[in-house]
Amino acid sequence: MRGFVTLFGKEVLRFWKVSFQTLLAPLVSTLLYLLVFAQVLDSHAEIYPGVSYREFLIPGLAMMAMLQNAFSNTSSSLIQSKLTGNIVFILLPPLSPFEIFSAYVLAAMVRGFAVGGCVWLASLVFFPHIPAHPFELLLFALLGNALAAVLGLIAGIWSEKFDQLAAFQNFLIVPLTFLAGVFYSIHSLPPLWRTISRFNPFLYMIDGFRFGFFGVSDIPPLESMLIVGGCAFALSCLSLSLLSRGWRLRH
Amino acid sequence: MTDSSKLITGRPGFDGAAISIRGAKKRFGQFEALKGLDLEVRQGEFFALLGPNGAGKTTLISLLSGLARPDAGELSILGFDVARDYRQARRSVGVVPQELVFDPFFTVRETLRLQSGYFGMRPDPKWIDALLENLKLEDKADSNMRSLSGGMKRRVLVAQALVHRPSVLILDEPTAGVDVELRQTLWKFIRHLNEEGLTILLTTHYLEEAQALCNRVAMMKGGQIIALDTTQNLLAHHTRPSLTLSVGQGKVLPEQLMQRATQLPAGRFRLGLESFAEVEQILGACRASGLHIEDLEVGQADLEEVFVRIMADTPK
Repeated sequence: MRGFVTLFGKEVLRFWKVSFQTLLAPLVSTLLYLLVFAQVLDSHAEIYPGVSYREFLIPGLAMMAMLQNAFSNTSSSLIQSKLTGNIVFILLPPLSPFEIFSAYVLAAMVRGFAVGGCVWLASLVFFPHIPAHPFELLLFALLGNALAAVLGLIAGIWSEKFDQLAAFQNFLIVPLTFLAGVFYSIHSLPPLWRTISRFNPFLYMIDGFRFGFFGVSDIPPLESMLIVGGCAFALSCLSLSLLSRGWRLRH
Repeated sequence: MTDSSKLITGRPGFDGAAISIRGAKKRFGQFEALKGLDLEVRQGEFFALLGPNGAGKTTLISLLSGLARPDAGELSILGFDVARDYRQARRSVGVVPQELVFDPFFTVRETLRLQSGYFGMRPDPKWIDALLENLKLEDKADSNMRSLSGGMKRRVLVAQALVHRPSVLILDEPTAGVDVELRQTLWKFIRHLNEEGLTILLTTHYLEEAQALCNRVAMMKGGQIIALDTTQNLLAHHTRPSLTLSVGQGKVLPEQLMQRATQLPAGRFRLGLESFAEVEQILGACRASGLHIEDLEVGQADLEEVFVRIMADTPK
């Protein structure tokens, strides 16, 4: 237990020590998105009755920031440790695969929540609002952060150089988040793209999270919850199995 | 030297080998790094594992410490199987890796506190202070790892390997690129810990270090052990003392001596000795032939010579 607590603490401390880069930078870029898009597209028709475009954007952007930062935390910590060789400090001690898994994932979720929380607090200044369903809001934030953190863990284990990790991030994570309805409702898409979007698990996180805010969504929240939860569970099993086998970590 | 006698834990009631390796095999692609290796290191030994680069020393250490997994064979630390009882096995061993690795986010003290925590231990400030003092790192305790010189980083690695009070310490070329003073500090401390009961497995390319410190030596080549004995026996069985004579430029030894002598530059000759009693006879023979001896030197055999000979005698 102490091993887990220490590793978790170290992972939190690691991003906290560089918080300009890990907390403040994503906060600023998310707020810039919000200001620019809200300004340019506010004349856009209401997406849900009574929900302006700028309001619609907030949960999507907050979730996108959380997902990208939770993913970054696990993946960049692991790839840095692997490339500098200090991964041995984690591999030599008697830490179990589950301890390693949970410490990395929970620390990444803390960063996700910190960024998401700051985005939400900052957005209150511009657009005061109270979430309609705080429980669902937190649940989707939790599941989304967990899923992204686990994906980051897998990406970090898989990558053997920064280039591979960048490919994972730029060709998988970024498109999946951008095309998950952060900036639009999937009902505004042509039928083919709507169907394709349905295969993107990030869509369900953002849609469910938005339900927590406004009480309306494109997809029934229970369905989203099951899909996101199922994906998070499956990826967790996969990453635990990789850690147990020592794949690309213990040669 | 700080008293550390109560700080090294063992495995009470266990009197088996500190390190036991049976039939260890490991292959990396086409390269067979270990070819079914057996080795036992007893508790309390200061053991040297020697061999040229690529002999398989680091692979063996990786298997013992869980950084790599064997294709076949059984490895245990204090009777704990490194795969089955990996928690106890890893808790029992401290490893100083060959690569100079560090976490740039933390200070020396933070690094040591974290490392104790990973091993499931409450950080023990007294033990951490003792390590810092003995490794001459007190002044650097609150410096960031990034700001340390190579030698200091190496010492932090040693402290990290000891911070959870292991019973077995594995040092993989700990003095590569380390200056003389630091080497002496390090060895003084390690020798002290060994006297307190810590088992030590050392790999090094500095054979004089191995000779001075280790009671037993294994030599590896091509993934196998090709010599294993006490340091004393290796020296006694594989080398002889020698006598080097300077007789002046252009001069030669009497004929009966020339046959067994090796000619060196500047009118010098080296003769292998069966015993030191021979020195008298050789000098007598030189005197009898009217040869003037300008200088002489009786050389004791060293481990480097043994190493070179054993390596040369063993085919790849």
